[in-house]
Amino acid sequence: MVLAIVLVLIVLITVLFTFYSPWWFTPLASNWGTIDDALIITFAITGFVFVAVTLFMALAIFKFRHVEGRKAAFEPENKKLEWWLIGVTTIGIAGMLAPGLIVWADYVKPPPNAGVFEAVGQQWSWSFRLPGKDGKLGRAAVRFITDDNILGVDPRDANGLDDLIIDGDDLHLLLNQPVKANLRSLDVLHDFYVPQFRAKMDLVPGMVTYFWFTPTLPGSYEILCAELCGLGHSDMRSLVVVDEPGDYQAWLSEQITFAEMIAPEDVPEDMPEEVAEEAVESEQQPEVADEVALNVGPSTALSAELSTGEGTTND
Amino acid sequence: MTEDNATDTEAEDHGPTTFLTKYVWSQDHKVIAIQYGLTAIAIGLVALVLSWLMRMQLGFPGALEFVDQEAYYQYATMHGMIMVIYLLTAIFLGGFGNYLIPLMVGARDMVFPYLNMLSYWVYLIAVLVLVSSFFVPGGPTGAGWTLYPPQSILEGTPGYDWGIILMLTSLVIFIIAFTMGGLNYVTTILQARARGMTLMRMPLTVWGIFVATFMGLLAFPVLFVSGVMLLLDRVIGTSFFVPEIISMGEPLAYGGGSPLLFQHLFWFFGHPEVYIVALPAFGIVSDLLSIHARKNIFGYRMMVWALIGIGALSFIVWAHHMYVSGMDPAFGFFFAVTTLIIAVPTAIKVYNWVLTLWRGDIHLTIPMLFSISFVLTFVFGGLTGLFLGNVVVDVPLSDTYFVVAHFHMVMGVAPIMVVFGAIYHWYPKMTGRMLNGPMGQIHFWVTFLGTYAIYFPMHYLGFVGVPRRYYGYEDIEFIPQSVHDLNAAITVAALFVGVVQLLFLYNLVWSLKRGELAGGNPWRATSLEWQTPNTPPVHGNWGKNMPQVHRWAYDFSVPGADKDFMPQNMPRQSFEAADVHKLDPDPPTAGPPSDDPALPPREGEA
Repeated sequence: MVLAIVLVLIVLITVLFTFYSPWWFTPLASNWGTIDDALIITFAITGFVFVAVTLFMALAIFKFRHVEGRKAAFEPENKKLEWWLIGVTTIGIAGMLAPGLIVWADYVKPPPNAGVFEAVGQQWSWSFRLPGKDGKLGRAAVRFITDDNILGVDPRDANGLDDLIIDGDDLHLLLNQPVKANLRSLDVLHDFYVPQFRAKMDLVPGMVTYFWFTPTLPGSYEILCAELCGLGHSDMRSLVVVDEPGDYQAWLSEQITFAEMIAPEDVPEDMPEEVAEEAVESEQQPEVADEVALNVGPSTALSAELSTGEGTTND
Repeated sequence: MTEDNATDTEAEDHGPTTFLTKYVWSQDHKVIAIQYGLTAIAIGLVALVLSWLMRMQLGFPGALEFVDQEAYYQYATMHGMIMVIYLLTAIFLGGFGNYLIPLMVGARDMVFPYLNMLSYWVYLIAVLVLVSSFFVPGGPTGAGWTLYPPQSILEGTPGYDWGIILMLTSLVIFIIAFTMGGLNYVTTILQARARGMTLMRMPLTVWGIFVATFMGLLAFPVLFVSGVMLLLDRVIGTSFFVPEIISMGEPLAYGGGSPLLFQHLFWFFGHPEVYIVALPAFGIVSDLLSIHARKNIFGYRMMVWALIGIGALSFIVWAHHMYVSGMDPAFGFFFAVTTLIIAVPTAIKVYNWVLTLWRGDIHLTIPMLFSISFVLTFVFGGLTGLFLGNVVVDVPLSDTYFVVAHFHMVMGVAPIMVVFGAIYHWYPKMTGRMLNGPMGQIHFWVTFLGTYAIYFPMHYLGFVGVPRRYYGYEDIEFIPQSVHDLNAAITVAALFVGVVQLLFLYNLVWSLKRGELAGGNPWRATSLEWQTPNTPPVHGNWGKNMPQVHRWAYDFSVPGADKDFMPQNMPRQSFEAADVHKLDPDPPTAGPPSDDPALPPREGEA
């Protein structure tokens, strides 16, 4: 009896909580409202099933609780009922799956007019690369990484020379411009995650992964890492700023190219001082890692002493 | 062979006589089961304490100074691995499997008792190796229970030097132990059933354990192999899973490996693993619901086929853990379809559980309370699984607290509810005494309502987008203060639930001496383990006469019978009309049971 009432209360609280609690989707800032819609459809169907099954169970417990002299029915099976339930379940499943798959087809196929940017993760920071005027990103690989060439862009690839390298700074994106994110990791798995965009994808060392979205709301949003990547995982953040066209162009013109970066002495005289400084600063790569390691406390003897790389692979 | 068993009248003479052979180096499946169970509970307690420490950090950041980032990830990793492998897998198969299989199918013991004993001791070694990683330099691994390379074997992850090696070694040892046990369970079920115990007369508990063990024998080798490969990557520098990378600014000597390969191997094991834990729980809960509702399980045959169907399908859904892993997104279509198809047999099981209650005679005993709470929890967790299986819906939710809430609901709380229900249910058989009722009531209500209070709101943190496996959330802009408040509330609930488990342990000890005497069959159940001549059953289980089975395990409230249950070894009665037993080809017998009835042979059953 108490149990039946508790089950009904649980259903009630669950439903009320859904509608009245403050915890719900973070406001959307991309085109992926369709993902939210697919989620809502799934929510509605599963929510109905949860309520129905739990209430049925509560009713059964109430109606058929043991009282003196009650005898249970003997009913080994009921083929008709069982097939009906299978049928209805299958329809419900299809009702969730179909919209999900339709949106997925969209998700995996960037539109032809999509721009591109690259996000590069390493423990525990983000860097970015934008194509230059040619609209193409140059090839890149870990083996090309040097103190100057921090993202490992292939210096022999002409497409890469005009790429804009953004290190230790915010990423800017153009409002309402579909954009494909090419993702690369230099060390371990990471995940490019902006809750307001809904979309996310892992960064996998040794390969380039991708996803796409269209930022639809100006503003700045935090980039988080959503795949456990070691001690500094929760501190691996950056910022993406969604700009109106004017602001975006202004920002773009301030960025330095790969060609300028590998030959810092070629930085033009008239470049604003702070940008030039940045270009130099960004050469000191492991700085970020050291900083995080220090935060972690003395017990974790990290990169500082291990900079020789000894003991990492062959002990 | 059943014939051999039937004439084996000297079995009880072989019983061990010294303390050491009876309780330590025992080959008796019942003793081994209890050894397995107690070891699993002990290591589970460690994991429980670790979860408190993590919750303290999440609810009250910085409250415990020693829980720094390093410790937090180590706790998270060890908590997950212990709970999934060393507690749940071990207690369901090593514990309940060992105890129940021979008793429920009417055998004297497992078919390979020595191997069975070895299985436990090797399991114990695996546990000790795992625990030892707390005491080595650098501590246990903090790579997350999924142990994804390259992270798990690189500096930057806690325990990358010793912890990960011990973790992988322990897993490899565990799998050796499991294989010894698993072969035993499968062989015993196939070869040592009592006369008349056809496969389709077996209690669903045995079916669940059988299918789960079978799956384990297929899935664990994959983990074994990937564990060995990862060990080689870590220790001798092979590159199975690690491509060319730079770690902490230094290029490493790896090249050409695939991190995704590990994920595929891990989840090819990992998803069946979910069902290796769930199927025994499904089986056990089916029996508990039926017994305590005094009604046959509804749709027995469908239940069996659903178990087999889930077991088979679970091998082709693994990549739903990898929708945003960077694998070819085209896989998403296939795995979303297979994953949602698996919901159909799973839904059948749920329907049949609640239909078993309908028109029953429901006794709200403590095992029954836990069983019903399992159904609610499992339905919740199963339905939220559809969100995550439905590929594109998974995208915003993956790696958020929605996932944490989902899998804790469906493969943490739900199976644990069954573990509790099963312990309350079979404790009287194991010890001859009932567990204390009032303590059981408190244990149930706090656990049930408490876990719901923990994991239900946690799903909404996932809707907000709160990422999982974060040490701290203090300065993340999109996370409002209300999330921190909720985290604090969840932590309080978790501490309550944790503490009440200590009451349960106390009850286990208290009732050993002071519990109410149970008698041989306190729940008036039909399956064979309740029909043993002694309670607790002695060595050899059955005394001089092996049981002979005449019916399925679910003859409750049969019309015309004077009692509301008819044990499986009770001969067919004259009033049992043929049409009532469409399920059961055994002809009714009027007189006393003949010694050699024409019982169905085993041919053509599997």
